[in-house]
This record gives sequence, structure tokens and C-alpha cells, in this order.
Amino acid sequence: MNTINPPQYLPETPQAGRHFRAEKFDFWSFFFSGLTGLATLFILGILAVILTNIVINGWSAISWHFVSTIPKKDFFDARTTGVLPMIVGTTIRVFVMTIFVIPVGVITAIYLTEYAPNTSFVTRVIRAAVNNLAGVPSIVFGLFGLGFFINFVGKNMDALLHNPSAVWGQPALIWAALTLAVMTLPVVIVATEESLKAIPPGLREASLALGATKLETIWRIVLPQALPGIMTGGILAVSRAAGEVAPILFTGVAYYMASLPHHVTDQFMDLGYHVFVLATQSPNIEQTRPILYATVLVLLMLTFALNIVAIIIRARMRKKLRALG
Amino acid sequence: MADITLPKINLPEAKVTASAAGAPLIAIEQLSLYYGASKALKNISLNLGEKIVTAFIGPSGCGKSTLLRCLNRMNDLIDNVRIEGAIKIGGHEIYNKDVDVIELRKRVGMVFQKSNPFPKSIYENVAYGLRLHGVKNKATLDQAVEQSLQQSALWDEVKDRLHSSALGLSGGQQQRLCIARAIAIKPEIILMDEPASALDPIATTRIEELILNLKKDFTIVIVTHNMQQAARISDQTAFFYIGELVESGPTTRIFTNPAQKRTEDYVTGRFG
Repeated sequence: MNTINPPQYLPETPQAGRHFRAEKFDFWSFFFSGLTGLATLFILGILAVILTNIVINGWSAISWHFVSTIPKKDFFDARTTGVLPMIVGTTIRVFVMTIFVIPVGVITAIYLTEYAPNTSFVTRVIRAAVNNLAGVPSIVFGLFGLGFFINFVGKNMDALLHNPSAVWGQPALIWAALTLAVMTLPVVIVATEESLKAIPPGLREASLALGATKLETIWRIVLPQALPGIMTGGILAVSRAAGEVAPILFTGVAYYMASLPHHVTDQFMDLGYHVFVLATQSPNIEQTRPILYATVLVLLMLTFALNIVAIIIRARMRKKLRALG
Repeated sequence: MADITLPKINLPEAKVTASAAGAPLIAIEQLSLYYGASKALKNISLNLGEKIVTAFIGPSGCGKSTLLRCLNRMNDLIDNVRIEGAIKIGGHEIYNKDVDVIELRKRVGMVFQKSNPFPKSIYENVAYGLRLHGVKNKATLDQAVEQSLQQSALWDEVKDRLHSSALGLSGGQQQRLCIARAIAIKPEIILMDEPASALDPIATTRIEELILNLKKDFTIVIVTHNMQQAARISDQTAFFYIGELVESGPTTRIFTNPAQKRTEDYVTGRFG
């Protein structure tokens, strides 16, 4: 019978047929798998504690009246208050932000990946700037929005349009949305760049070899492929922006408004800011606590809903891409 | 089947000069190519005839793919590439400043080593080049798609699922689809960069049969590592070694009676 001998450099196996079975209890392997599992459980545990606390304390205060009412000036009273203007304000500011941030972010990413010479000084400066932008504290974006959008852009627009009183040169929905767009720009740029880089170079070559220009190749081949990745960037931007308060603090949010915003130059009420107001300005903490919890719950559900919508759109796109094109 | 009218390509005098008796369609004249400081192609002069198959053979890194990519200027996409010498197609210098690369690539199609169908339907893959060049008429597109798929021997296999994804095809079918896509815009020349190197023997045979059929209508330049393949399908063979053209001539002569010792060693498998 022919037996194949193991190479000499392998230690001899004690018994034929048994050498694939671990013979001893491996302590370190057990220890590390346990450790990683515990770390995961810890994170999940914290999330569970936060969510159950909010749901248990907030659920009872949520009613149709609560989410559909424009409150009176005294919105600390649990019986009469509502959060409709805050839901509307937060939703609109996130949508307006998306309209600005997606095109600018995507075009920037296309420039960086498709056109800019990879090693040039300018490209490196732009990349460094994008990364640094992601690291700027959000309150700084708020101050930037006040200084740039309101005091510079807005005031100059008023001067050009000969407005008798400030229309653009004051805190407004549009400036808050633009400030958020600047803040979330790096998220969209990075996500888009990643999805552009993931497209096989062979597809670009095939298109160019058929006599397509670079622009035609990007438009017809590259961008359709990158759309789900771009959507991911949008989802991340929406998640980040929906709960942010600092950037809108000086640029558009109002403590109280008697009506919903009608125009992009109106101020607006906002869920995140309202949470802050309820937590710090209430004359009667005990009475306000249930609506504080309920407002937080509404904010969480709104963020969740915005994400779900975006995720469904992305899933549809992926399906369409896979099926056809 | 009726011929398809494509938007006319206006590189002047091209076809006329080319078909003048005996004149080569492609003339490579003292071509050198540099990647930065390193010289990848050394002073290559070579004439390629019309409506025949020319094979570029040689060991890896000999420059045969680089030379192939000079013929439709795909090397333009790489930074730091510098070219000296001339390549004339139909008597027209393709590296002249006034040459429109888009027009050139319409006339010189390419099939790549790794099949690269677009993530679109089979139909849209073939129609892509036509749509690019402004064909909108549905009937014209339908006809061109069918004709191209017929010519690339894929029609019978895909005619019932033209609108399903091209990515569902097998490797060999995908490569034939890429050939259909290339011939749909009616180039004069098709460059093939090891088109069968990733395929199994049966799929390879089909591609080879296809190439033999296509040479009735197209001038084909193929890079291959497979010596038998070069012997089976090409009329003319050029052997490259480290950026130099060692020898070129009729395939039968290169394989049976090479003039150079290095060629003989390579085609008999003694090195490479």
C-alpha cells in the first residue's frame, strides 16, 4: 500500500486519523472569544438601557394630540402641549440639507477620484481639508454659519435686493440647513469616493475603448454603479444631522413660534433644541418630565423613519442594478 | 441582413489608403515607449496587414500588451507615458495632435483579458457603443444588436433573454458578448488582449473559431500567451522579448523555420 509520508519539517502526528482534532482545552482562544462577546454585549446592553428607559417613560405621553398640535407659548404643560412644529422643522431642515449636500459632495468626490491627479499638492490639500472638516466641533459650524451665511451672504443679499428690513440677513431655515450641509459634507464625500473606487477599472476601460468620453463613462457607467454607495453617504449624513443642535443654535432655530415655517427665510422649531429647552427652562421639572421623554422618543422615531426611507430607496436601487441597468 | 448605417466616421482618406493594393493597414514606425524613465518598447517597426489575424507573442513583460494598447491610445490614460516614433493607421498618424481619440477608438475596438460586460442587460451592453455615438432609432438598434450577437456566435444562446443581466452569462459567453459589443460599432480593427486566457478549453475553442470568422470583416491583432493558439488562428506573428521586436513574419514560418535562435527557443518552449 502506498502511504504518503508527511514532509519532514512537520512534527510527527501521534496517531493516524486523530491529528485534526484539538486535544487540549485552548485557554487563550476561549478567553478572547469570551472577551469579544462580552464587549459586544456591553454595547448592546447600553443601547437597550437607553431605549427601554426612553420608551417606558415616554410612551404614555405620546398621543395623536401630542404629535399633531402646535403648542401655545407655555409648552411645559403636559396636557395641552404638542410637538408638530418641531417635527416639521427638523424634517424640513434635514431635507433641505440633503438637497445641498448630496450634489456638492458627489461632485467633489467625482473630482477627487476621477479627475484630480492623485499625487498632486492640490489634491492632497483638498483631502486634508475634507478630513479636517470632519473633525471640527459642531458648535464651530454654528458660529461659521452665523458669520458666513447670515452676516455675510444674507446681509449682502438684503443689500442687493434693497430689502427695507432683514429678510435673508437673519437666522433662517435655509441657513441652518446650509450649515448642516457644510458639516455633513465630509461624510458624503468619503462615502461617494469609496463607492467610486470600488468600481472595477475594467468597466471604465471598456467604455473608453468603445469611444466614450470620460464624462460619458462617468455618467453612464460609473455613477449608476455608485448610487447605492452615494445613498449610504446620504443616510449617514441624515442620521448625523437630524439630532444635531449646536449648528442650528445661531443659524435658524427658534425657542417658540406660533405657526409652522412657510418660507426658507422663516425660523423654525426643532426637536433636538426643544429637548434642550424642556430639560433646562421648565418651571416645574416633575410636570415636564413625561413630555421631555416623549419628545426624545419622537426625535428617535423621526431619525429612524428618515433612515428607513433612505434604506428602502437604496435597497430598490441595488435590486434594480442587479436585475438590469 | 441589411447593413447598418452608422454615423460616418471622418478620419479622412483612411480606408482608401489602406485598401490600396498590398499597403499595410497599420504601420508602426520606430516606436519607443517610456514609463517614466524606463523604456518599455524599444524602437519597434512593424507592418500589420488588413483583414488578417496578427498575433503578438512573447514572455510576460515583453511589451506586447503595451504595444497593443498603443494602437487605440489606451496608454493615454496612464500618467508618465511618453511615446517616440509613429503609428499610422490607413496612412494617418494616430498620435498627431489633430487626431480625435474618440474617433480613433471607434475605428479600433478592443477586447480585454478579463471579460468586462457592463452591469446592464445583454441588449444594453451591445447597444452601448451605438447609443454613445448617437443611434436612437429602436429598429436600428434592434437590428445592430442582433447582427452583432450573430456575428459573435452568441445569438442563439441569448436571443430569449436579451433583457436580462449580462452578468448572468458564463465566462465564455461574457467574453463573446464583449466581442459583440466591440463589433457593434463596426470598427475596422479589433485589438484582443489575451481574450481567452481566463477561459476553459471549450470556451477558448469557441473564441478561436469566432476570431477566424471575424477576420473576413475585421483586421485583428491578438496578444496571446498560448503558442498553439497563435499557431492555430494567426496569419502573421510577431515575437517580442523585453521590449524588442525579435522577429515577425508569416505564422507558419515563425513556427517552423524561425530566423532567430531566441524565437526558436521560445516557440519550442525552451524558455518563456
